Amino acid sequence: MASESTTAHPFEDAPNHVTPTVIHDPILTKTDFKRVGTRPLRPDGLDKVTGRARYGADFNMPGQLVGLVLRSPHAHAKIKKIDTSKAEKLAGVKAVITFADMPDHTGGDQSMYDILENCMARGVAKYDGHAVAAVAAVDAATARAALKLIKVDYEVLKHVTDVDEAVKPGAPLVNPKNITEGVEPKPTKPSNIAKRTEFGHGDVDAGFKEADVIVTRSFRTEQTHQGYIEPHACVASVSPDGTGELWVCTQGHFVYRNHCAMLLGMDVSKLRVTSSEIGGGFGGKTHVWAEPVALALSRKANRPVKLTMTRDEVFRASGPTSATSIDVKIGAKKDGTIVAADATLRFTCGPYYGMWAELGAMTAFACYDLKNVRTVGYEVLVNRPKTAAYRAPSAPMAAFAVESVMDELAHKIGMNEVDFRIKNAAKQGTRASYGPVYGPIGIGATLEAAKKHPHMKAPLGKNQGRGMACGFWFNFGGQTCTDINIGPDGSVTLTVGTVDVGGSRASLALCVAEELGVPYEQVKCLVADTGTLGHNDMTDGSRGTFSSSMAGIFAARNAVTVLRERAAKMWEIPVDDVKWEDGHAKAVGSKYGNLAPLSIKEIAAAAGNTGGPIAGHSEIVADGAGVSFATHIADVEVDPETGRSKIVRYTVIQDAGKAVHPTYVEGQYQGGAAQGIGWALNEEYIYGKDGRLQNPGFLDYRIPVCSDLPMIDTQILEIPNPNHPYGVRGVGETSIVPPLAAIANAMSNAFGVRMTHVPMSPPRVLKALEAAKNG
Amino acid sequence: MAEIHLWGALRPAAGGASVVSVDAKTIRELFRKLEDTYPGMAPHIARGVAVSIDGRIYRDDWGKELPEGSEIYLLPRIQGG
Amino acid sequence: MAVLVSTTINGDNVEFACEPNESLLDVLRNRLGLSGAKEGCGTGDCGACSVQVDGRVVCSCLVLGVEAEGREIETVEGLAHGTELHPLQTKFLEHAALQCGVCTPGFLMAAKALLEKNPDPTEEEIRFGLAGNLCRCTGYDKIVRAVQDAAKVMRG
Repeated sequence: MASESTTAHPFEDAPNHVTPTVIHDPILTKTDFKRVGTRPLRPDGLDKVTGRARYGADFNMPGQLVGLVLRSPHAHAKIKKIDTSKAEKLAGVKAVITFADMPDHTGGDQSMYDILENCMARGVAKYDGHAVAAVAAVDAATARAALKLIKVDYEVLKHVTDVDEAVKPGAPLVNPKNITEGVEPKPTKPSNIAKRTEFGHGDVDAGFKEADVIVTRSFRTEQTHQGYIEPHACVASVSPDGTGELWVCTQGHFVYRNHCAMLLGMDVSKLRVTSSEIGGGFGGKTHVWAEPVALALSRKANRPVKLTMTRDEVFRASGPTSATSIDVKIGAKKDGTIVAADATLRFTCGPYYGMWAELGAMTAFACYDLKNVRTVGYEVLVNRPKTAAYRAPSAPMAAFAVESVMDELAHKIGMNEVDFRIKNAAKQGTRASYGPVYGPIGIGATLEAAKKHPHMKAPLGKNQGRGMACGFWFNFGGQTCTDINIGPDGSVTLTVGTVDVGGSRASLALCVAEELGVPYEQVKCLVADTGTLGHNDMTDGSRGTFSSSMAGIFAARNAVTVLRERAAKMWEIPVDDVKWEDGHAKAVGSKYGNLAPLSIKEIAAAAGNTGGPIAGHSEIVADGAGVSFATHIADVEVDPETGRSKIVRYTVIQDAGKAVHPTYVEGQYQGGAAQGIGWALNEEYIYGKDGRLQNPGFLDYRIPVCSDLPMIDTQILEIPNPNHPYGVRGVGETSIVPPLAAIANAMSNAFGVRMTHVPMSPPRVLKALEAAKNG
Repeated sequence: MAEIHLWGALRPAAGGASVVSVDAKTIRELFRKLEDTYPGMAPHIARGVAVSIDGRIYRDDWGKELPEGSEIYLLPRIQGG
Repeated sequence: MAVLVSTTINGDNVEFACEPNESLLDVLRNRLGLSGAKEGCGTGDCGACSVQVDGRVVCSCLVLGVEAEGREIETVEGLAHGTELHPLQTKFLEHAALQCGVCTPGFLMAAKALLEKNPDPTEEEIRFGLAGNLCRCTGYDKIVRAVQDAAKVMRG
């Protein structure tokens, strides 16, 4: 698998360790595995089935207060005055804060300033649910009473929540200072477009002239929420000496530490953050909201403060994805060759600058080998919560639009939709629509597997249709720091800084066990607090297993170097004559014939006599994440009377590079598909004319329940990532990308109706069916 | 001289060009020269730019060398869920 | 004014004082240290706080603490007997029926109640029996399989 492109770029970031003899080469080195690819129980499982695992809200500190946040009921309002005096006087209230208690320490960093303002409104409330004040009191009842005593004098401003309305001339301005970036000459007037961006290559206009068939369509998708079952929760403690502790459910406690320290004006080293078990994140826990507020309350009260969001607050104030409006045009020749592809994507960002349309523009045509392609993205400001990442952020909406048009085009030229995609699929050497040239990739393989899959040939029932669609996600690596410590009994502690969102401790222990040559059970993987390891980026971008396994394998190689040195000392022979094999040090050469191999346990037992504790460390930027592709097949049954749709069969085919723990890889495929199905059929933020969110609860924002779904079949393909020692690619995100389009295509195949608005909820489906009936 | 391909948001800062030539041996030198020549790119670079070298994407790792004749694409730094 | 309540939790006699408007969930979590039941919504929509009251599965966020008077409460903490796990716990682990695990205590209690009423449920009966519990990670596939497998073991 050592392709040219990888050998040309040896990894040059070996940490300057005391034993720098190990070559830290991420190039694929292993394809024959003993432990990787097996399915052991996860190390944190027992605590999770017995109720013992501690999540964000399951932790308490002595003398802890209850924190609550007062939120704007208005979508857009000037805050003229906040009177907290009555609340402060209420018995049991220990602190009341507003933005005045959170001074600006961001030093001109606009993205951090936006986060600060999003945590606590500064003069203007920019969406329904925007925090305007907070209290800490001895109990929840007192805190609730105190919130009611805070008087906020609002001047309601005109608002805009709809993506298409926001870009119209004369729309209310969400940020009157916003001048569109990425446009030359620089606009002189403010608008709600924060940025224009463009990707592509070739000559799209010339390409369309060669087309025999062109399909053009416009699509809309509504805003969804990650919908993690655990609301945001933290316990914060700040002392007058400037030190602090934070217990929090997060996808990245190091990033939370850095952000909170900056926003609070604290030294990073003086704030220790511990990540709790996390009850789901999906991108929604990559961003601080309540944590700086809890810290500010604690600092003012000089007591620990526990702050948990209600479900209503989670929906109104935390992480939704973008609502979108997308135009797609694709042209092809009669033989099925695509000659040009063009898309314009408008994505909401909430009130702050984002890169959401940009990600949509990058991913839209990433599955295909296109000579002429262009995508243009517009970041649109609206009076909705600040957009946060949601599993392969922005890719599902772009794929919905593009994959719908791909199907329509295939049918117009009379080609099978799978064959049409195979003909145009990107491959190794293809220039991606977002710029670079691909290495070995799996889109073609997933399509070929879909074509052969028994699901494709299974009979369909009445009112049922079958659809398929493809999806892409980048994956990435990032900063990663990992320790391995060998205990005096030879057991191994693997300490990582990437939060485990779905079984990664098992996968990482498998990789380190593989590298050391010891049983899985001998390796205990822990997620460390911020005081224990160097900075780690958060668990996002499908990087948790990819990057921490890379760092873990390098740390294991460093530990093996030490183990060999120690064995050499024990044997009193040169270290070069010691090799590491099957978890043992072995003396190489016939002259050592009578030396029995030394186990880790034996070497560890003598550590005190051979140089002290045995450890291996690794600090890396894990570059070279392999891109990920998937093809999904969906069978949908629609009730023509009610418009209600039901998924009757579903298959996910995705490239994992190397599936370290196949059960958890399947789990990622199934979970992503289920989220995509919910998005496709039901989930939607509904805003009233007053700009208030009308469905901030699980009753009205309906995520799929058990009876909504069938079993979800999975097929794992393994096209190794040449830039990881074991060939691993991220697997967490791509599975949410294809379902929207696969289901829309299934409906089209069943009824001849092209659905262009997600979610395809019963009223929309019914309307489309009626429109089709009436011609 | 390396040919540096720009994604759309950077192009206005380079007078609309999609490719610019820069004499740089490392990512750090590349960023420094881009900022000197095209000041409009500075905020993007400060926000985080990824560099694709012959198809392999690096974060803004200053010391990374740009091999002679390699294909360099600048991309926004990806966020994920 | 706090009310004194006598109840049985996981087979133990328990007395606690709580406010009349305090939910059973808050009592379990904040007064009794039983934080296995989770608050996902506080409105009875997610099932993460599921416990059994006199054998019936309920959302403990919708039950008042004072309603526990004289009743038998079972929570996830009482599911295992000593070191011996309940078959549902074992099968949830074996089938990887949890990813983040925050919904797991609720699912275990709902599945236990389901299997007590119906020891041999069809897939559809399992899916409808667990429809009051939300899981955002798994797509339910592995949860349904774990419950099917546990039911088989429990039938003997």
